[in-house]
Amino acid sequence: MSSIAVSTTINGDDVEYLCQADETLLDVLRNRLGLMGAKEGCGTGDCGACSTIMDGRVVCSCLVLGAEAEGRSIETIEGMANGNELHPLQSKFIEHAALQCGICTPGFLMAAKALLDVKPDPTEKDIRFWLAGNLCRCTGYDKIVRAVQDAAQEMKGARA
Amino acid sequence: MSFDATYRDKAFKSVGTRPLRPDGVDKVTGRARYGADFNMPGQLVARVLRSPHAHARIKRIDTSRAEAVRGVKAVITAADLPDLTDGDASLLAILDNCMARTKALYDGHAVAAVAAIDEKSAKQALKLIEVEYEILPHVVDVDAAARPDAPILNEAIRTSGVEPAPDTPSNVANRSEFGHGDVDAGFAQADVIVERSYRTEQTHQGYIEPHACVANCNPDGTTDLWVCTQGHFVYRQTCADLLGLEVSKLRVTSSEIGGGFGGKTHVWAEPVALALSRKAGRPVKLVMSREEVFRASGPTSATSIDVKIGAKADGTITAAEATLRYSNGPYADMWAELGAMTSFACYDLENVKTVGFEVLVNRPKVAAYRAPSAPMAAFAVESAVDELAHKIGMDAVEFRIRNAAKEGTRSSYGPVYGPIGIGPTLEAAKAHPHMSAPLGENQGRGMACGFWFNFGGQTCTDLNINADGTVTLAVGTVDVGGSRASLSLIAAEELGIDYQNVKAVVADTATLGYNDMTDGSRGTFSSSMATISAARNAIEVMRRRAALTWDIPVEDVHWEDGHAKAAGSKYDNLSPLSVKEIAAESGNSGGPIAGHSEMVADGAGVSFATHLCDVEVDPETGSTRIVRYTVIQDAGKAVHPAYVEGQYQGGAAQGIGWALNEEYIYGEDGRLQNPGFLDYRIPVCSDLPMIDTQILEIPNPNHPYGVRGVGETSIVPPLAAIANAVSNAVGVRMTHIPMSPPRILAALNADKDG
Repeated sequence: MSSIAVSTTINGDDVEYLCQADETLLDVLRNRLGLMGAKEGCGTGDCGACSTIMDGRVVCSCLVLGAEAEGRSIETIEGMANGNELHPLQSKFIEHAALQCGICTPGFLMAAKALLDVKPDPTEKDIRFWLAGNLCRCTGYDKIVRAVQDAAQEMKGARA
Repeated sequence: MSFDATYRDKAFKSVGTRPLRPDGVDKVTGRARYGADFNMPGQLVARVLRSPHAHARIKRIDTSRAEAVRGVKAVITAADLPDLTDGDASLLAILDNCMARTKALYDGHAVAAVAAIDEKSAKQALKLIEVEYEILPHVVDVDAAARPDAPILNEAIRTSGVEPAPDTPSNVANRSEFGHGDVDAGFAQADVIVERSYRTEQTHQGYIEPHACVANCNPDGTTDLWVCTQGHFVYRQTCADLLGLEVSKLRVTSSEIGGGFGGKTHVWAEPVALALSRKAGRPVKLVMSREEVFRASGPTSATSIDVKIGAKADGTITAAEATLRYSNGPYADMWAELGAMTSFACYDLENVKTVGFEVLVNRPKVAAYRAPSAPMAAFAVESAVDELAHKIGMDAVEFRIRNAAKEGTRSSYGPVYGPIGIGPTLEAAKAHPHMSAPLGENQGRGMACGFWFNFGGQTCTDLNINADGTVTLAVGTVDVGGSRASLSLIAAEELGIDYQNVKAVVADTATLGYNDMTDGSRGTFSSSMATISAARNAIEVMRRRAALTWDIPVEDVHWEDGHAKAAGSKYDNLSPLSVKEIAAESGNSGGPIAGHSEMVADGAGVSFATHLCDVEVDPETGSTRIVRYTVIQDAGKAVHPAYVEGQYQGGAAQGIGWALNEEYIYGEDGRLQNPGFLDYRIPVCSDLPMIDTQILEIPNPNHPYGVRGVGETSIVPPLAAIANAVSNAVGVRMTHIPMSPPRILAALNADKDG
C-alpha cells in the first residue's frame, strides 16, 4: 500500500508526514511524530484517553484517520502549555490532585480545554456531561470536576 | 541499628499537608512515560493469537505459514516456553496462563504469538497460524461448575481441605474454614434469623492503560524489561523463573502505571514478550488491546454466597455463618478464602463460621482487584445485617454500633484486634449531615461497613543526601496514585527539611534491593516505614559528621528540626549545623551521606470504613442514580490528605460501577460478549455526584507516624451500601449484583406478582 502525504498544522506548527490509508491519527501522532501524550486506552472511541482537538472540536484521535488531518488544525496535549507556563487547567489539575495514575489526564485536559473554549463559565452539570466521554478509573471524577471549575474561575478572573 | 517502629504522638510539619506532587507536571504535559510510551532501536511488534473457545484441547499448532510471512522475525508457542517450574503449581499456572500448553481454558487464552517488523505483518501472520482444537464441554457459572456433573477443567485436581480426601476430580479446588464458637448454639439463642443467598457477577479492574511492555534479550544473556506493573521486582523474579534467566541479568524498569488496582500484580504477557525477543534476537514491544485486556487479564471472581445471621431482640448478634463460592478462572487460588476471612471482620461475634470454596471455571484467571474478594462478602453480609436490623426494628447504624468489633475483639478470621476504626466510623456516620439530608420520591438511603487487612511486606529504600543538601529518595514500591508525594513528605518530616528539597523516584530492579509489589495497601505504609528508617540512618551519619566537624563526642550531638545540635551549655559557642551545611562539607568529612533501609514492614494496621449512600430508582426503567455518597474511613494518619481522599473517592466510584452496571456477560458458547468499554460500562463523569469524604485518624501503633494503608477498603462497602439503598428505595431486597436496570425491574415485577 502506498503512503499518503499529509500537510497539517499541529500545535500551531506546520507538519508534514506520510501515513497509510488505514492509519489512525493517534498512531500517526504517537508512532510517526513522537507525540505520545495522547494515549490509547481502547482504540474504539470509548475512553477518550486519546482526545485531541481538531479545528476546535474534541475528537478521539483513534477514530480519525491520519489522512483526515490534511489541511486541518490539530491541538495536542504537547501544545497546551505556553513554554514553561502551564495552562490554568494543567495547574489546577495538579493543585486539586485531579490525577492519580495520570493516564487519562491528557485526554481530560484536551476535552476540558475545548469546553472552556466554547463555554467559559460551565455549571457542574455542563462539565460532567461534557467530560462523559473521558474515562477515569482512579479519581471518581470529583477532583477533576473541581479542578475544571476552579480553572474556569481563574481564567474568568484573568479576562476581567 | 534496630529500627523502632512504635507510634509516637508528635506535631507534624510536613505530614498532613497537601503539596503539589512531584510527577504532576510530567503528567499534565503528556511527558510521563507509560508502558506503551517506550521504544528501542530495531524493536519488533508482538501480537498474540488467542483461543476463540472456552475449553478446547490443542491437538496441533502449525506456525510454518506464519513464519514465512515477510517481516515476521519470530513465532512462538508453548514449546518455546518450556516448563522450568520444577513442581511449583502456582508458577506452572502462571506459565500456562501466559501460553496454553495442552488445553485452552477460556475464551482469550493465548496459544501462540508473533513478533514482526510492523503490526500489519504481525496480524497477517496470526491469521496464518493453524491451530487444531478439539472442543470440550465448558462451564462458566460458579454454581454450575461446583456441581459433580460439571465438565472438569483439570483432571488432576482433588478438592483439598476436606476429610476424607476425595479420589475423584472436581472443579472445587479447595475448601477453607474460619471462625470460632458454636454457631448452632448461637442460632438457638436468636430471636430473629435472616438467611439469604446472594450473587455477584465478574468485574474487571478497568485500568485505562492496557498491559504493555518492551522486552530485550541480548545475546550475552543480559535482559531488559520495561513494563507497566505494580511490582517490578516480583515481575523480575517470576519472569526469571519462567524463562530460566539469572535474576541479576534481568533488569526490570517500571514505567509510569496507568492504573492497576491489583490487575498489574500478575504477569500476563511479559514472559511472552521475553520469549519472542529471545527467539528473534531483537527488542519486542507487546501492547494488549482493550479487548485482550478484558478477555485475557484481570477479572475478579463471580460469587455465590449464603449468609445466615441471628440476633436477640435487643440487637445482639448471637451467631453468624457464611458459605462462599468464588470463581477462580481455570487455576486454583485463594479468592474464596480471602472472602471467608473478611466476611464478618467488622463485628464482635461469639459464634461465627465461614467456609470458602475455590471454584474453577472456563473464564480468565482471576486477579486481585482492590481489597480482593472482600466487596462480594461484604455485599452479602452487610445486606443480611441491614435486613436483620430492620426485622428487629433497630436503626441500621445503631445495630452495627452495638455489634461492632473493638480493641481486644477476636476477629472472625483469628487475630485479636488492636486499636481499630470501625466504631469511630459508625459514630461519625451517625453524626454526619448526610444522615439527615431529605430524601425525595423513589429515593432510598443505605449504609454499609467494610474491612481490609492491609499488608506490609519486604521493603528496601535508599535515601541520599546530595552535596547541596537536597535529598533523593529511591523507593522500590511502584507509585500508583501519588506515593512519591507522600513518601517525600515522610522523608522531609523525619529529616526536618522542606518537602521541596526531597525528590522521590521509583528505582529499577538493578539499583535497589528487592521490594514486594504495591498491593495490599502497602505502598505508602511500608515504604514510609523504610523511608523513616533510612532517614534515621542518614541522620546518624550526619550526627557523626557534625561531631567530627566540632571535634566532640557523637553522643553530645542530637538531631532537631533538620539540624545537628551540640547538647549542653559547654557547647553554647557551636551553632547548629543544617543538613545543607553538613552536606556541603561531606566531601571533606567522610564522603557521600546516605541512609539505607531494608526490612519486612510488619504491623500493617487493619482498616475499616463506613459508607452512606442515597439513590433514586426509576420504577419504570429500573435505572438507578446515585444522589449522594459519603465515605468515612480510618487512615491511621493521612500523609497527603488530598490523595487519601482520592483513594476513598476512587474506590467508591469503582464500587458504584460494580454495584450498578459492570459485569462479564458470556454467551452459551462460553465467549465473552462485552470485551470493550462500550458494553462493559464503567461509571462516567455524568453518572456520579461529588463524593464526600471524612478521614478519621486512629493511629496504627506499629508505625512511627501511625500510618495505615488507605487504598483498598474504600471499594468494600459500596456494593452493600447501594444494595441497601436500592432495597430501601423500592421496598424489595436486592440480592444480585450488579443491580442493572433489567435486574431491578425483574425484582420489582416478581414482587408485584408475588
